[in-house]
Amino acid sequence: MAEEMRVKELKHVVVRFSGDSGDGMQLAGNIFSNVSASVGNDISTFPDYPADIRAPQGSLSGVSGFQVHIGAGKVFTPGDKCDVLVAMNPAALKTQYKFCKPQSLIIIDTDSFGKKDLEKALFTLENPFSELGIKNEVISVPITSICKESLKDSQLDNKAVLRCKNMFALGLVCWLFNRDITIAEKFLREKFAKKPLVADANIKVLNDGYNYGANTHASTSLTYKIESKTPKQKGRYTDINGNKATAYGLIAAAEKAGLELYLGSYPITPATDILHELAKHKSLGIKTVQCEDEIAGCSSAIGAAFAGDLAVTTTSGPGICLKSEAMNLAVITELPLVIIDVQRGGPSTGMPTKSEQTDLLQVLFGRNGESPMPVIAATSPTNCFDAAYTAAKIALEHMTPVVLLTDAFIANGSAAWRLPDLNEYPDIKPPYVTPGMEGTWTPFQRNPETGARYWALPGTKGFMHRIGGLEKSNETGAISTEPENHHLMTLLRQEKVAKIAECIPNVEVQGDKDADLLVVGFGGTYGHLYAAVEEMVEEGKKVALAHFEFINPLPKNTAEVLLRYKKVVVAEQNMGQFANYLRMKVPGLAVSQYNQVKGQPFVEEELIKAFTKLLEE
Amino acid sequence: MNEQTSYTAADYKAGQPRWCPGCGDHAFLNSFHKALAELGVPPHEIAVISGIGCSSRLPYYMNTYGMHTIHGRAAAIATGAKVANPNLTIWQISGDGDGLAIGGNHFIHAVRRNIDINMVLLNNRIYGLTKGQYSPTSARGFVSKSSPYGTVEDPFRPAELTFGARGRFFARCVAVDGPASVEVLKAAARHKGTSVVEVLQNCVIFNDGTHEAVATKEARAKNAIYLEHGQPMLFGPNREFGIMQEGFGLKVVKLGENGITEKDILVHDAHCMDNTLQLKLALMEGPDFPIALGVIRDVEAPTYDQAVAEQIQEVSAKKPYHNFAELLMTNDTWEVK
Repeated sequence: MAEEMRVKELKHVVVRFSGDSGDGMQLAGNIFSNVSASVGNDISTFPDYPADIRAPQGSLSGVSGFQVHIGAGKVFTPGDKCDVLVAMNPAALKTQYKFCKPQSLIIIDTDSFGKKDLEKALFTLENPFSELGIKNEVISVPITSICKESLKDSQLDNKAVLRCKNMFALGLVCWLFNRDITIAEKFLREKFAKKPLVADANIKVLNDGYNYGANTHASTSLTYKIESKTPKQKGRYTDINGNKATAYGLIAAAEKAGLELYLGSYPITPATDILHELAKHKSLGIKTVQCEDEIAGCSSAIGAAFAGDLAVTTTSGPGICLKSEAMNLAVITELPLVIIDVQRGGPSTGMPTKSEQTDLLQVLFGRNGESPMPVIAATSPTNCFDAAYTAAKIALEHMTPVVLLTDAFIANGSAAWRLPDLNEYPDIKPPYVTPGMEGTWTPFQRNPETGARYWALPGTKGFMHRIGGLEKSNETGAISTEPENHHLMTLLRQEKVAKIAECIPNVEVQGDKDADLLVVGFGGTYGHLYAAVEEMVEEGKKVALAHFEFINPLPKNTAEVLLRYKKVVVAEQNMGQFANYLRMKVPGLAVSQYNQVKGQPFVEEELIKAFTKLLEE
Repeated sequence: MNEQTSYTAADYKAGQPRWCPGCGDHAFLNSFHKALAELGVPPHEIAVISGIGCSSRLPYYMNTYGMHTIHGRAAAIATGAKVANPNLTIWQISGDGDGLAIGGNHFIHAVRRNIDINMVLLNNRIYGLTKGQYSPTSARGFVSKSSPYGTVEDPFRPAELTFGARGRFFARCVAVDGPASVEVLKAAARHKGTSVVEVLQNCVIFNDGTHEAVATKEARAKNAIYLEHGQPMLFGPNREFGIMQEGFGLKVVKLGENGITEKDILVHDAHCMDNTLQLKLALMEGPDFPIALGVIRDVEAPTYDQAVAEQIQEVSAKKPYHNFAELLMTNDTWEVK
């Protein structure tokens, strides 16, 4: 062993913390990513929770993982595979080893690799490493016994002592990557502000882990550092996941519009965290109603929109089917409504905790009648904030329901987010009726610029009116089955949505400007597609990316961009829904498809392989 | 300009009703206009929200805010509107199919939550708009286009469903019985919380005579009892009959027979929290019992919309953040300089 440790500089690194659900891996991972982000690294994280609520301790189905990708420059995904795997028990080793590369370092707690522990994880041999054929470098530390010894004089009971094990692993990883543990200590002090004894114990064990690494050189010859290369934009940052960012976007939009926020929802994975988040913030005047079903979630939001709130309903997969009829009521009554679909694996109940992009055609076309619906697809955890804000702005200013698509991957994934200054965000000004309109106003009089009808809120004198699911006369607002009127109303509703294209940005092309291959994607796959294209461009490949956030209407330059390239491939996590939509919208467009429906994020390596093949064809 | 403070029925009228001549909805609409005028709530502070069905066309005949929505969802939409703006007076108009079949789930949950809306259930025991199928309130054996050999299922009794969902207000009237309907509607409006008013309504085309036992003044004198809080339960053309408790049940007695005097007759208590007797009264039917009309149950309980508003106030007083910028600072943050 060398006297002096050598420090190797890395551009980016992926660490995966894994252990039993009760081992506190999410907290360890979170603190490590926050510490890294505090020193200016970019981060992207993804928690991988077990599907079972309370799986038996030590079992394969009870493993909880947390992966963080930290980079000197920008990182766009939580990473395909990890460079360091922390496996707190045999079950974690067995289930998480597949995320390792041949050169990955593995850290284990030897105290939890006894005979019984191995049996729980269904190992048959005494040596789990030879059973799995693991040849990686392994740092074996008796974490449990060190932890017990260290805290033997603390006033904590045995259970509480064992709960500090995760901090040992965190301390060791901090040493390995030359992280300043005083930042981690600060996080712990704040987290356990009301339990100083617990904070003390955690901090002590954190230091034990760090010191163990420093004193023993942890049987490894190298430690690493990741120096920030591209200075991040100045400002205050926090780590935020997509669901929370979505909730924050709605809160910000309501404040900007001067409206109260109403959420009608029914619990459904993976959308429920938006309901949880909004339910917490009563001090912001937010009203959340947990309804009797998905239908009532959407219907009650329509009632709230009619009465003058910024109305939102949230759901996933099967829930969007149930809401469809009510969504159409919002289309024909031309009321502002934000419908959030956090997509998950389908059809039917499908794979509730896994991610897909398979609801696109449903939200675009899955309703009776001619039912134009603006659709926005958030591209990353932090973009969920802007996307939710924009969805609310479009709904309120254009008097229409708007669907915001996110997915399980970006909803649960997180990244460093610069706290926004609302002054930098555009105003939200709904087209309210004005006193001057009294007497001549009818419910479907429209703003000539946007085609949006004017909004008269119940409680306003002189604007009593009736709206509903039956077709209405454009002139009077009364029920009408007149053929010419129905055709006109159909056109007007369509035109109103089409005019939103005037208010959205053009789609950007990133990568090689003279590319031979244009990669096209939408929504939550942005990070993986960008990372793959960026790497190919660095290798001198002529490839570019056009990633769509606005689906209906499409940006105005869509056809011009897509027809500019020799080869276009649409990569999406469905069987070609966006590709087919583009074929319909852009006459003459020929695209090839890259489709994957596994419930898992794209793998950069596989994308590069597929795109390279297309380039060579 | 002075604020208008008193209103006539005409102030609440709009449009030309298009129900069949003789439909019970016409009579109900008149009573509804009158009741609103007597209550004096300004038309612009009222929202009338309906589902789908013949009776759900009603909002178009109201000079108020209104929404004719989708089948079965009126209660959910009304709930959202009331939570969004608790200052609105909200009336929900539904038929038996809209309210109790496709909208059954929303009905029971709105009642359970006790949201402060007034639900009118126009019960003609038939689907009229789709031209004559049995409804969830049609009696077992009822012959209709969709049950040519008679239904083989039992109906809901709206009162029983309301009480089962912990209903705090239940009243019943006959659509063609104007003055009594006006009184019942006013009581429903004054009640804080979900008020359910079952309106016995005739469908002249597909289910004519379904409420024949109470269709005329004379018939009601014989076959109905008007319940009034604090008053003895007397009925009959000469108020010669009364209702007494017998064991676990009720019985009809004649004053003067077997030494029975008015003192022996049950006195109605609509405000009694225990709903046992109120339910028995609500479920009375002929030929052995009169049909109960009027306010059967009217008890106080916290309303949902008020509780939502109060919780916002309470939490606001305790939490240190009240706008988006302050919310942001509740997170673990770090600074990049």
